[in-house]
Amino acid sequence: MQMPQPNASVIALKDQLAARLRSVMPADAVITDIAETRAYECDGLSAYRCPPLLAVLPASTHEVSDILRICHDMGVPVVPRGSGTSLAGGAMPTADSVILGVARLNAVLETDYADRIIRVQTGRTNLSVTGAVEAEGFFYAPDPSSQLACAIAGNIAMNSGGAHCLKYGVTTNNLLGVTMVMMDGTVVEIGGGHLDAPGLDLLGVICGSEGQLGVVTEATLRILHKPEGARPMLIGFDSNAVAGACVSDIIKAGVLPVAIEFMDRPCIVACEAFAKAGYPDCEALLIIEVEGSDAEIDHQLALIGEIAARHNPVEVREARDADQAARIWLGRKSAFGAMGQINDYMCLDGTIPVTELPHVLDRIRQMSAEYGLDVANVFHAGDGNMHPLILYNANLPGDLERCEEFGAAILKLCVEVGGCLTGEHGVGIEKRDLMHVQFNAADLDAQMAVKDVFDPGWLLNPAKVFPLDASESHRAA
Amino acid sequence: MMPTSEDELSGMIRDASGPISVQGGGTRGVFADGQALSTAGLSGITLYEPGALTLVARAGTPLAEIEAALAAEGQRLAFEPTDMRALLGTSGAPTIGGIVATNASGPRRIQVGACRDHLLGVRFVDGAGNIVKNGGRVMKNVTGYDLVKLLAGAHGTLGVMTEVSLKVLPLPQAVATLSIPDLDAAQAVAAMSAALGSPYDVTGAAWADGAAIVRLEGFSDSVAYRADRLAEELTQFGAVTIGDVDWSAVRDARAFAGLPGDVWRVSIRPSAMPAMVSALRADGDVQVMADWGGGLLWVLCAAGRDLRTSITSGHATRVRGDASAAIARFHPEPAAVAALSRGLRQRFDPRGILNAGVMG
Repeated sequence: MQMPQPNASVIALKDQLAARLRSVMPADAVITDIAETRAYECDGLSAYRCPPLLAVLPASTHEVSDILRICHDMGVPVVPRGSGTSLAGGAMPTADSVILGVARLNAVLETDYADRIIRVQTGRTNLSVTGAVEAEGFFYAPDPSSQLACAIAGNIAMNSGGAHCLKYGVTTNNLLGVTMVMMDGTVVEIGGGHLDAPGLDLLGVICGSEGQLGVVTEATLRILHKPEGARPMLIGFDSNAVAGACVSDIIKAGVLPVAIEFMDRPCIVACEAFAKAGYPDCEALLIIEVEGSDAEIDHQLALIGEIAARHNPVEVREARDADQAARIWLGRKSAFGAMGQINDYMCLDGTIPVTELPHVLDRIRQMSAEYGLDVANVFHAGDGNMHPLILYNANLPGDLERCEEFGAAILKLCVEVGGCLTGEHGVGIEKRDLMHVQFNAADLDAQMAVKDVFDPGWLLNPAKVFPLDASESHRAA
Repeated sequence: MMPTSEDELSGMIRDASGPISVQGGGTRGVFADGQALSTAGLSGITLYEPGALTLVARAGTPLAEIEAALAAEGQRLAFEPTDMRALLGTSGAPTIGGIVATNASGPRRIQVGACRDHLLGVRFVDGAGNIVKNGGRVMKNVTGYDLVKLLAGAHGTLGVMTEVSLKVLPLPQAVATLSIPDLDAAQAVAAMSAALGSPYDVTGAAWADGAAIVRLEGFSDSVAYRADRLAEELTQFGAVTIGDVDWSAVRDARAFAGLPGDVWRVSIRPSAMPAMVSALRADGDVQVMADWGGGLLWVLCAAGRDLRTSITSGHATRVRGDASAAIARFHPEPAAVAALSRGLRQRFDPRGILNAGVMG
């Protein structure tokens, strides 16, 4: 992974910078000790590490503003960090940067059930947003699988999705307003409790900008009343292609499940060995969840069952109660843990048009043979967001590199069939150099123009998202 | 000017010597000074995959053509694009580009989101003539910055869209509307909030002619079941009837069509709506109706009145009124936000020639 050469003159400012930061916030919130800054050397993409110059843990928007103003004055890059769960290296530091962690900003500022909104500080975890409103029967819909740990700040930066976004959308569809601190310390309020923007949709471009436009300290989020109930159905097929065709037919029939999850044979086998969920022995299986009252659920599952029957399923299992529902989800929810048990793996995140599923799965199988590395597929089939898991051996010299090459080849295939490099994990440093595959120079320039406007010095979250050769002239300007 | 290809459009913008007024169907009352540029030559559906819930069309494609293609497969644009012709007294055929450029979204905004939430990708030509693509045609995509949202609602000031890619959804089997008559603003918001805070998946909640109306959609049995349950919960606000209502009249604020005066849209938190209605009435004669559960207020007032002097939260857009008056179409933004918007317009349109002045 190529990173820009750390700026020695910035590194030389460490003591002076620490002193200035300690003048605007409590001493314990400025971390300079090398052993302690090591805690921030990587995020969920742990193959790449670099301790930051120092780390700060502000407790208010005002402190964030002071920090950014000081760093801006001194020309010090800043890497914002939520909970550090990014799988794309979105919060990876550079040696000459300050890590700005929002963990101490975790308060609920307002809940309004009549207006169906909650306003929180963004260090709050995703699951604890729902936790704050569930006693009233409400929930916050985006549910990334890291939701126990991940922070709203990171969700906004990466526009995180989840298993239920087929019905409820991703972060950007559930975010109504932000308080954001610009790199020069200016605090801006964008959006709020109302539904549309008065001018340009700045909120829309801030969400998913990977912490490069500003540091979002507060967010107004849409909350929804929980459905009366939800139940899954499991359907097994004797080929990936047939399972893919069934997904397409369900969608065409006008049923809109909240989730359609897909697992292929290698994944089923691994999960079965690990979780013993009692999955059928088959090539591909779908887990489809629908919501509503008992009668509504029965009706939708019956309809899905009829459609599935036309595709000669090897097995159809409808959950009759909570226990059966839990058994159906058990294998799927332990998929990543199961794979981790048997092997080192790399998790990809490309999206493809749903109609290309059979073709892409066939190609991945062929490539798997070419690269000599096994792949297990588990993904959100309703929206085409794939998560191929490539198995490799970290102790075998050259295996990680081969795995990365294979991963890049799969992502290029996703783009080739009309999809994209990342559906919900973000670009970070992981897919930064693949951006040329999806975008030409004019496409990238248009995106970087936004960066130029919000952060002219290119100090926020450096060396992410844009290939270094493409961003060089912008960074130097 | 009427380009028939992206390259031709790029050349026209590059060679332009003065301001350009970008026009789709010309139905939404957005007119800038300058040479007219019509997207009519960039028309047609380029891809439609019902099984993937995606449709791609050139910007000048008439909405009617898209709706017909979708209806044939039992699908629709779920964000309910508005038709402003009756209200604004315009003619012509709405285009998909115009809908996206104005983020024109109807009553279902509260449940499925706005146009911008259904927009998966755009191709556009910026003010320097650069051809740019962003997003794509898949449902989940976080690859790079989301310029798709930025272009939606930019009223042609950042670029001229040439192609848009949209998420579409199934048409429901059944629709039912619950009505409660004779409610004032506060009672109506309370009733609508109760409905929207229920588990029954409300797809429309409006207040017009003193009645709160609440829409349910889906499979027939499910709609019947939910209508009964919701009616039970809403009887505390008045007598509930269940029937058919023409939601396109709500969507298009047709009650104000043909009546003299200016028309405004005020975007607010629903809980702030009743007090705002009182404030508007205290400062002069108005007619009001609400959509989005009270979060969108349509206001008819005397010509030339600046509604913003009566408003203390949210923002107001003047959608009908004398263009030469000193009242801006869009609500002024705080200085720091306005600087960002201005900065973006300068970068995407360095000469300031695209729909100049339309957004400030």
